[in-house]
Amino acid sequence: MQRIGVFVCHCGSNIAATVDVHKVVELARLEPGVVHAEDYQYMCSEAGQAKIGAAIKEHQLTGLVVCSCSPRMHEATFRKCAQKYGLNPYMVEIANIREHCSWIHKDMQEATEKAVILARAAIAKVNLNTPLQAGESRVTKRALVIGGGIAGIQTALDIADAGYEVDIVEKTPSIGGRMSQLDKTFPTLDCSACILTPKMVDAAGHEKIKIYTYSEVEKVSGFVGDFTVDIRKKARSVDADKCTGCGVCQEKCPSKKTLSEFNRGLGTRSAIYTPFAQAIPNVPVIDRDACIKFKTGKCGVCEKVCQAGAINYAQQDEIITEKYGAIVVATGFDTIKLDKYDEYAYSQSKDVITSLELERVMNAAGPTKGHLERLSDGKAPKEIVFIQCVGSRCSDDRGKPYCSKICCMYTAKHAMLIRDKYPDVNVTVFYIDVRTPGKNFDEFYRRAVEEYGVNYIKGQVGKVAPQPDGSLLVQGVDLLDNKQIKMKADMVVLATAIEPNQGVRNIATMLTASIDTNNFLTEAHPKLRPVESPTAGVFLSGVCQGPKDIPETVSQAGAAAVKVIGLLAKDKLTTNPCTAKADELLCNGCSNCAKVCPYGAITYETCLVNDHGIREERRIAKVNNALCQGCGACTVTCPSGAMDLQGFSNKQLLAEVDAICR
Amino acid sequence: MSTQNKAKLVREISGTNPSKCMKCGKCSATCPSFDEMDIKPHQFVSYVQKGDIEALANSKSLWKCLSCFACVERCPRDVQPGRIIDAARQIVVRQRGGNYLTADEIPALLDEELPQQLLVSAYRRYKR
Amino acid sequence: MSVNEEFRPKIVAFCCNWCSYAGADLAGSSRLAYPADVKIIRVPCSCRVNPMFILRAFEKGADGVILCGCHPGDCHYSTGNYYARRRMTLLFSMLDFMGVENGRTRVEWVSAAEGVKFSTVMNDFVEKIRSLGENVRLGDLRCKN
Repeated sequence: MQRIGVFVCHCGSNIAATVDVHKVVELARLEPGVVHAEDYQYMCSEAGQAKIGAAIKEHQLTGLVVCSCSPRMHEATFRKCAQKYGLNPYMVEIANIREHCSWIHKDMQEATEKAVILARAAIAKVNLNTPLQAGESRVTKRALVIGGGIAGIQTALDIADAGYEVDIVEKTPSIGGRMSQLDKTFPTLDCSACILTPKMVDAAGHEKIKIYTYSEVEKVSGFVGDFTVDIRKKARSVDADKCTGCGVCQEKCPSKKTLSEFNRGLGTRSAIYTPFAQAIPNVPVIDRDACIKFKTGKCGVCEKVCQAGAINYAQQDEIITEKYGAIVVATGFDTIKLDKYDEYAYSQSKDVITSLELERVMNAAGPTKGHLERLSDGKAPKEIVFIQCVGSRCSDDRGKPYCSKICCMYTAKHAMLIRDKYPDVNVTVFYIDVRTPGKNFDEFYRRAVEEYGVNYIKGQVGKVAPQPDGSLLVQGVDLLDNKQIKMKADMVVLATAIEPNQGVRNIATMLTASIDTNNFLTEAHPKLRPVESPTAGVFLSGVCQGPKDIPETVSQAGAAAVKVIGLLAKDKLTTNPCTAKADELLCNGCSNCAKVCPYGAITYETCLVNDHGIREERRIAKVNNALCQGCGACTVTCPSGAMDLQGFSNKQLLAEVDAICR
Repeated sequence: MSTQNKAKLVREISGTNPSKCMKCGKCSATCPSFDEMDIKPHQFVSYVQKGDIEALANSKSLWKCLSCFACVERCPRDVQPGRIIDAARQIVVRQRGGNYLTADEIPALLDEELPQQLLVSAYRRYKR
Repeated sequence: MSVNEEFRPKIVAFCCNWCSYAGADLAGSSRLAYPADVKIIRVPCSCRVNPMFILRAFEKGADGVILCGCHPGDCHYSTGNYYARRRMTLLFSMLDFMGVENGRTRVEWVSAAEGVKFSTVMNDFVEKIRSLGENVRLGDLRCKN
């Protein structure tokens, strides 16, 4: 028989305001096995834990039930506490009477009744708990970063600087990501390339960093400390070791009509290309869909002009299998498609562009060589309208429900840069709210208004109509004047909502990392563990977790790196002891369990069994504790009921069911 | 009917939730009858929130709205000011009694593309 | 139970540790209320739920049982929720045959980010059970007072 102590936490008033904690204590005392029950203000505090320790000694407790917040919050705390006072940490169960009770119920009687039942279920479970010993697993001292934008580069640099090996996998031909497409950055108007390129060079030159560009993660298996990852290195058709990056092939390539992804489709590129001049590695790839040689078999100009003999049309995709201890997701974002926003005439007029396209237009290496001009006729615009929140903050199915966070600031930046370089151009910004939380952000926006004379109008634009004379009629509203505005503009710039990159869902599935309805990866705790995924060993860096600007991305990238370093610094990890175990007297070796095990943790051995005096050799399932993650699929599949999950055994769960339905 | 009840009725008839409005003004930006109206489309919501249906019922806007549903189509928050004004109009018309079209005339006017609410609004509003 | 007393169903919710239990936590920290009739049991994965547990719940007088797991494809253990889905399809059809209506049993996918969904699902499920009334089939009469 267990000797159980029940500890009910007030959590200040979080629990005590809606749950009568004294009553919970009083009724818990009546439950079988309970020899001690008490309540306290904050059970997780040092004083609270000391109370638990004292009770363990005084009452020779063998099991603990803590009625408090979610086990996802403080189970680890109370397990450590039990261990400190000489109890097996797996003899602790938590009754979640905060998130699942006091916070959602208003009626005190109702909440108290429920709290008592939840406590009862936990007590019933502890009665059947057995001490468990955590095992150990090794840590592969190498990290994988998926995505080579500023988030991925920064994370990789920080990990590598701490002395660990890092691989970056980037799906495009060069690292650099979105930031390499930007012209200037807020709030200091630094040139984006000037601050990014040195980091790219650092990463490429770092002895601990290996970069796989034009590559994608294909398969992930394993678990924290010991992931095995297949990386598909797509065929570049260019031998990276031989290529000198002279660029002659790109110049001579006769197929030059492909829209440039890097320039957001505003310019063209050749079939053999590097996305931009500062690309790292400076080794081109052949776009096989556009290449004449691959389409018709006739051409081969690049091969002829290449002095280094680096062109290799026969190159094949290559699969590289590598082991990692930790994986960082830094897959970044893209702007949403605007096909559902016909009212802004994006598809009808070349002069309606997204803000990211404007970045390319303003950039000296962009399609207009940095001259601000209309893409339809090349004329200099005199009147530019910016529209904010295009697709952001939408609760309908056309857009995204969240605020994209960066648009207010980059719009102020664009407006300011245009007014600075072309003082005769009028700039009007239609906004709903101007959101500028960030260091020196509001000052930046105010400068756009006060010093640069940007005309901010509170209100939205209802429609943009291309006119026969080539101009655009913008119909909006000024909510402060309560007037509808109809104005002619030469260019309209849409602050388009951002969304996680395509393919992140696929990566999340491979990593079994959780993801929300907007395709942002979920963090382990929204406030306290913002750079970790709930899946151990998987970390989040940059916009894949939620919209953020460059300063935030860089700080989060560093934070993710620290978490990775903390993991890689360990030689061994303790494993979850809640693993499956077969009862050798019941197991008949039918092999059903091995078929459902996602980890291949179950094998079969022929063992000598003593079945009530009958000694015979039987084929019996053996679970590898290092591989078993404790999902329990095998326990339900087992036809003879031999397989059970430690810590969540059939008996324990049935006891909980019984306690709840009593 | 009390003002509170009227506000509730407007919510019920329109089937929209005015609290979802984020005051972006896209409805007013998009409205073809904006200049004719005394209470502007983006203000409908706050009248319902304040419970001031009386002012809405007495406004010119009630009869200037074309029921074109451009605001409904473009509202990013699914608040649908067009439905709100339509609901206010129905409250007024119901009190007066009488329809302008007869039910027999409806089938001939039916068209798959036609929003049903537009038909109901015409039923109540236009004299032949 | 007296006739006038409002019917308070007993509802057992099995939630997987990684998605649905976290979703329930999020519903809690966002203060999204659902009836106190729902009691949650934490399991590592929806595939840990043995049909036996559900039968036992009904035997002991539960009026409804709901199983929540990660969305298909998002299972922390890759494939657990697929097993759960198949097992429950069979179990529920058998239960229906035995007189435990399909409305009393449900499988829902709730991710860790879907606090709102968790609360809506629970409200909806409790309402359904209330409309179905007390579960008279499968109950072990020895468990009744």
